[in-house]
Amino acid sequence: MAITWRKDVDQALKDAQSQNRHLLLDFSAAPM
Amino acid sequence: MYPDERVAQFIQDNFIPARVHVKDPDFKRFSQRYNAPWTPTLLLLDPSGTERHRIEGFLPAEDLLSQLSLGLAHSAFAREQWNEAERRFREVVDRYPRTEAAPEALYWAGVSRYKGKGDAAALAETGREFTRRYQDSSWAKKASVWGG
Repeated sequence: MAITWRKDVDQALKDAQSQNRHLLLDFSAAPM
Repeated sequence: MYPDERVAQFIQDNFIPARVHVKDPDFKRFSQRYNAPWTPTLLLLDPSGTERHRIEGFLPAEDLLSQLSLGLAHSAFAREQWNEAERRFREVVDRYPRTEAAPEALYWAGVSRYKGKGDAAALAETGREFTRRYQDSSWAKKASVWGG
């Protein structure tokens, strides 16, 4: 399965708060 | 990235996954905000956005899973959810016993139990467990004062 990575980090932070979920923030240099 | 099915499933089940790529215009802003100039770096943030765990550098699947689990346990501990913290730390020891996360988790499982129950015997019991496993770890040294 593929992970659906969010690119809008600011929105992801807001969603994590509103949904009471943890956020995994990946700083990556992997090939796009 | 993360081709292991277990890792992908664990991340989808437990987190909102977000990525900042080094080529993204926002990389500098976020790498400065979170003091993360190196890749790969994974930050585990609790729902309030507070960093609870950090994984720097590549890890094989088993070790990555153990660190992600350890991070969730530390998050529960930091938020004083002692029972959940103890359960999650124990889970790391039980599921990933041969990883570096395991002795750390064993240590904090004992602390979580002590904090939740107010029972110093939990520390002594953990100290004794360190005489049977992970004797060479730094966590065994830290637990050695607990009278195991």
